[in-house]
Amino acid sequence: MKSFKKTLLGSAVAVFALAAGSVSAQAETLRLLTWGGYAPEKVIEMFKAETGIDVEVTKSNNEDMISKLRATGGSGFDLAQPSQDRVTGAQYEFEIYKPIDLSKIDTDKFIPSMLAATKKNTTLEGKVYGLPHIWGTSGLVLDTKKASMVKDYTDLCSPELAGKVSYRLKRPTLIGFAYAMGLDPFAAYGDIAKYQEIMNKVQDKLIDCKSNVKAYWSGGDALMNLIRSGEVVAAMAWDTGGWKLNKELADVTFVAPKSGALGWIDTFALPKKTKAEDAAYKWINFVMQPKVAAMITDAAGNFTAAKGADEYVNADLKTRFQKSFSQADIDNVKWYPPVPAGLEEIEGKVLDKVQAASSD
Amino acid sequence: MDKRSASRLTVILLMAPLVVWLAAFIILPHVDMFMLSLREKVAPRVYTTSFANYGEFFGEPLYWITLARTTIMSVAATVLTLLIGFPIAYYIAKIARGKTKNVLFLFCLLPFWVSELVRTFGWMILLRETGIISNVLQWLGLVDGPVEMLYNDVTVMVGLVYTSMLFMVVPLVSTLDSLDDSYIEAGYDLGGNGFTVMREVVIPHAMPGIVSGCIVVFMLTLGNYLTPILLGGKDSLWFTGQIYTQFITRFNWELGAAFGFLLLAVSSIMVWAGLKLSRQTLSSTLAEG
Repeated sequence: MKSFKKTLLGSAVAVFALAAGSVSAQAETLRLLTWGGYAPEKVIEMFKAETGIDVEVTKSNNEDMISKLRATGGSGFDLAQPSQDRVTGAQYEFEIYKPIDLSKIDTDKFIPSMLAATKKNTTLEGKVYGLPHIWGTSGLVLDTKKASMVKDYTDLCSPELAGKVSYRLKRPTLIGFAYAMGLDPFAAYGDIAKYQEIMNKVQDKLIDCKSNVKAYWSGGDALMNLIRSGEVVAAMAWDTGGWKLNKELADVTFVAPKSGALGWIDTFALPKKTKAEDAAYKWINFVMQPKVAAMITDAAGNFTAAKGADEYVNADLKTRFQKSFSQADIDNVKWYPPVPAGLEEIEGKVLDKVQAASSD
Repeated sequence: MDKRSASRLTVILLMAPLVVWLAAFIILPHVDMFMLSLREKVAPRVYTTSFANYGEFFGEPLYWITLARTTIMSVAATVLTLLIGFPIAYYIAKIARGKTKNVLFLFCLLPFWVSELVRTFGWMILLRETGIISNVLQWLGLVDGPVEMLYNDVTVMVGLVYTSMLFMVVPLVSTLDSLDDSYIEAGYDLGGNGFTVMREVVIPHAMPGIVSGCIVVFMLTLGNYLTPILLGGKDSLWFTGQIYTQFITRFNWELGAAFGFLLLAVSSIMVWAGLKLSRQTLSSTLAEG
């Protein structure tokens, strides 16, 4: 009798374990920490149909991604998508990522030059931490009828635009203004004193320019509303925002500034304590297929590093891209190099001082 | 087990959840924050213990000016809320009767059925350049072009007063309710006018309510994050915003933690000073409020 009870108990335990196992296998999820538009619903459904893996999306931005992963020591998410220039610095300081096993990636799906550039930029102590996914630029979004004289970031400060201008109070603005002022911030990345000097000049310029600013935008939607309502006629913003508005308002579009648009590449990076590593690799290989990548381009408005995806992207977006970028503009794009440790503190203080300055 | 130790055990058991809650969610995080605020970043991944973060606060005018500004604005918002809230509370407690009383009280409560974010967006819809008030003014022909009423300190103040009104009115109504009307009548019978009765009878009686209302409003305003950031726009500078920035966009938890402690210190000192000045004690105001 006793042995019977034992078997019963044993089999019950076994059944439970089996059930639990199958449940967890069934409900395998990939927790993705990414930007808006990078994981469209349709792509998630296709991925689930093919692999049985659910994707749980958390929308975020660079700073927020780093903060979240730092707070948990790199757990809570299985795949993150920070920009390539913000990977090695964060990894060096907070150890939140895990090196990528390139043998699990179909590297021939990537545009070779982009893959090489991102690998180089995200390598720390001989290990690669990021692969390129989506790239784009920031530059100027203008109402071409009302702000046609804006050719570069510094033109946003011209008096005839008083109160009708917007930009973000974040590092791209500092870099963009520095270039427009004839300075070269990227060349000064290795030299903290020099960088500080450049940032001081930019700080003075931005404080001067403050009375021109309607509001510092912080999310893409907020900026779109400001421009739609006509409260803002010129802004420093992402290319996709300009193209989206161009669909609604023919006068508004994205313009590459004279000193060069700033190019960013968002990556795939593995959080240190990822629980679904295989799912993460599957997702990377899945979204880099040309047709899927084109679907993401349609949703996000930006192009991807997937080879051959251009063919499937809708013609409309391609035309808008070509209108905004001549070949010379493309050659002039300033790609963000990795940010060395220490620079972000300098920039932070400059941004605080600009925010604190009175606008009149 | 005798009766006394049994009842003691009951007390201990009843208190246990509270103690655990206090320790786990209030004391421990604060201790942890304090330790964090004493950590100085010397180089990437290298930390030492020092008061450098506090030094950074006092050495950089930007930071202490922000805290001073936040404190002064909070005091101003508290005073304004009291000045506006007192007559309202007096009317509800002493003059309105029956249904009117309930309806008026409900009006004070109504805005709090939506979140602070929605309330703030409401103000933005009203006050922005292409907003309702600007359009109405243009339609009436009072102004030529669109008027921007957002993004300045006055707007921030309006938002803060609006957000904290209820927390002033409720304790005031409850203390004024407990004031027997016959005292007021006696004041008039003894030859007092409206002003002296207010000064000698009503305000002294309402003092615990005034103080507790002021403490709550002051703390809420000082710790407010959404209203100043959204309504203040490009010129908004609020200390909580600085703390957020240090933690989230600068990855400087050490300085953020130090800021958090300084904010706690300032609010504690202000409340203590307020109690001393009004000759109230915390327990009396809490009991009345």
